[in-house]
Amino acid sequence: MAIPQKTKKMLTQTGDNSAFSFRTKTKSFFASQKGLNADIIREISRQKNEPQWMLDFRLHAYEVFLGKEMPRWGADLSGIDFDNIRYYVRPQDKSKRSWDDVPKEIKDTFDKLGIPEAEKKFLAGTGAQFESEMIYHSLAENLAKQGVIFESTDDAIKNHPELFKKYFGTVIPPGDNKFAALNSAVWSGGSFIYVPKGVHVELPLQAYFRINTENMGQFERTLIIADEGSSVHYVEGCTAPTYSSDSLHSAVVEIIVKKGARVQYTTIQNWSGNVYNLVTKRAMAYENAEMFWLDCNLGSKVTMKYPSIILRERGAKGEIQSLAFASKGQHQDAGGKVMHLAPDTSSTIISKSISKNGGRSTYRGLVKVIKGAKNVKTRVVCDALMLDKDSRSDTYPTMDIKEEDVAIAHEATVASIGEDELFYLMSRGLSEEQAATLIVNGFANPIIRKLPMEYAVELNRLLALEMTGSVG
Amino acid sequence: MAKTLKIENLQAAIGKTKILNGVSLDISRGEIHIIMGQNGSGKSTLLSVLMGNPKYTVTGGSVMLDKKDMLGLSPTQRAQNGLFLGFQHPQVVTGVPLGNFLRLAKNTISSAQKSKTPAIGPAPFAANLRAEMEKLKIDPTFMSRSINEGFSGGEKKKSEVLQMAVLEPVFAFLDEIDSGLDIDALKIVAKQLSAVQKKQGMGLIIVSHNPRILDFIKPDTIHIMSKGKIVARGGKEIVKKIEKDGFDSFLKK
Repeated sequence: MAIPQKTKKMLTQTGDNSAFSFRTKTKSFFASQKGLNADIIREISRQKNEPQWMLDFRLHAYEVFLGKEMPRWGADLSGIDFDNIRYYVRPQDKSKRSWDDVPKEIKDTFDKLGIPEAEKKFLAGTGAQFESEMIYHSLAENLAKQGVIFESTDDAIKNHPELFKKYFGTVIPPGDNKFAALNSAVWSGGSFIYVPKGVHVELPLQAYFRINTENMGQFERTLIIADEGSSVHYVEGCTAPTYSSDSLHSAVVEIIVKKGARVQYTTIQNWSGNVYNLVTKRAMAYENAEMFWLDCNLGSKVTMKYPSIILRERGAKGEIQSLAFASKGQHQDAGGKVMHLAPDTSSTIISKSISKNGGRSTYRGLVKVIKGAKNVKTRVVCDALMLDKDSRSDTYPTMDIKEEDVAIAHEATVASIGEDELFYLMSRGLSEEQAATLIVNGFANPIIRKLPMEYAVELNRLLALEMTGSVG
Repeated sequence: MAKTLKIENLQAAIGKTKILNGVSLDISRGEIHIIMGQNGSGKSTLLSVLMGNPKYTVTGGSVMLDKKDMLGLSPTQRAQNGLFLGFQHPQVVTGVPLGNFLRLAKNTISSAQKSKTPAIGPAPFAANLRAEMEKLKIDPTFMSRSINEGFSGGEKKKSEVLQMAVLEPVFAFLDEIDSGLDIDALKIVAKQLSAVQKKQGMGLIIVSHNPRILDFIKPDTIHIMSKGKIVARGGKEIVKKIEKDGFDSFLKK
């Protein structure tokens, strides 16, 4: 096979692959009882020793959460039982800067996933979240000297209170949607990144998220601020063991891309097949800024995620590329949203989905251009590949254009693996499975090749695993 | 290595339509056979059926590689036993670089044949491939381009011959390998085809409806197909007859 066998196990497992489905026995420092009420929220805030304004923010968000109905569009969320979730599990007392200080059982988990090794090799900084808390953060010394901040969001509220308060909740307010409200009420962990003016972080910063406890809710909160003319690439990976009952991952990611700055945010989501993954991600791009979401969804039971970009000032550029793989029992409802609020802004949305064994994938996208946003360019491409007749793919592209001076391109294709293509490849000695895997890899390749090499190799390996036993 | 391929009374249909009505043909290693005939005579179907295209149902007859029955094997297994089909209309496979694909195919076939040569790594493979491409005057950048994507008709045909040269089959079937080629490209392809065939002692069955190919390739036997059967076979004299009287002259017997 062309897929390298000796790849680092740095990111993830596939849903059914037992190699990464291990569970670690750990003692929690604190675990809230199941279910949610205002007292639990007060207890989370007390444990974190937060300022009063954050407690008020949380309690207000909780009211918003209670007042909002479950979304009736999109994926089936009826399996979520809010009363059967642990909202806060604290594995240790605080975030460490050295792997040696991380409790052994937790360190073992990340060792098995290859995280410390990856950090040494090709990362500028690493974060690791276990259950509700970031248990580890580190940043290359030269970047820290230049004023780059990369720490857990919980630490940032104490260490950088003014910067934090200025931006927190400004891109995604609690009232945005029910799950953003829930996150705002119970958030814990996540990364806080600040890149000063003109600083370029050349290597990626990576955060790794792990759910270990059954019926756990993980609600991390990530805030990235790229100051004028700076650049940064942040990569997140996620896994969990397979349990018989469901877990909930509901993150909020806010990004501020100042004038002339560039941010790339890459996700390789490979939650086990019992995780509801309901994530709100949005970036605000100022003058001539560039935002790029690269979003790969292989795991989870249900994903609803539409990374968004608000092109707020002239010349801003936005790009959203997503890859979804939906197998049996999975629904990947993904896509992207771009709001053009200023002239000379441009955007590209490219979505590719693969469905097999009755899996379901949905593209849901919105491009909005307001009146007066002249000379806007936007291009939307959605391609679906279906491997069998039991699978399903739907496309819901919405264009809301209020300005005439715009250039819009939209392409959509739905394809299945053709008998002729398979015969051609098999006539060269490949098995049917190898041939189908090659076709799937070829389909996904335009997105995979945007990943840093180490992740591209890993993703190809995951796709090959997903394809094992899928034909013939 | 197998020595002969024996096709006996082969019959095949697509749906309920019979296309092959009993084809018999023997070929040994090192021989070149050319099958000619009008469009719709079943030439391409014959090659496709030999390779195991699932579109066709075999309704009778046999195909033996030495003593091994080929008809029960998948296209994968036939390729691994040393058969090869050069397609008339090669498929485009988007996003898969030709070079990567060929190395995967080469290593898969060698490991299936329990060959003693170890799997070939990317760098030496690329060097070999570049040399083979040079012989066919294929631009080396095609190695990293998607299989057949954006290739012209002639480039596709060259790519098929390239794949044959790299995979080193025992018997290769080439479907209209000369169509879509200008005279210069035809010369290059024919020259390389003969060179590879000679070097590897390959058996070749070439399907064509253009007698011009005989200016460049010297076959051992020429077969004329009509209505799903071979109606005549022989040497060069057969071609003279086609040129004089057309294919129809064979149907009147």
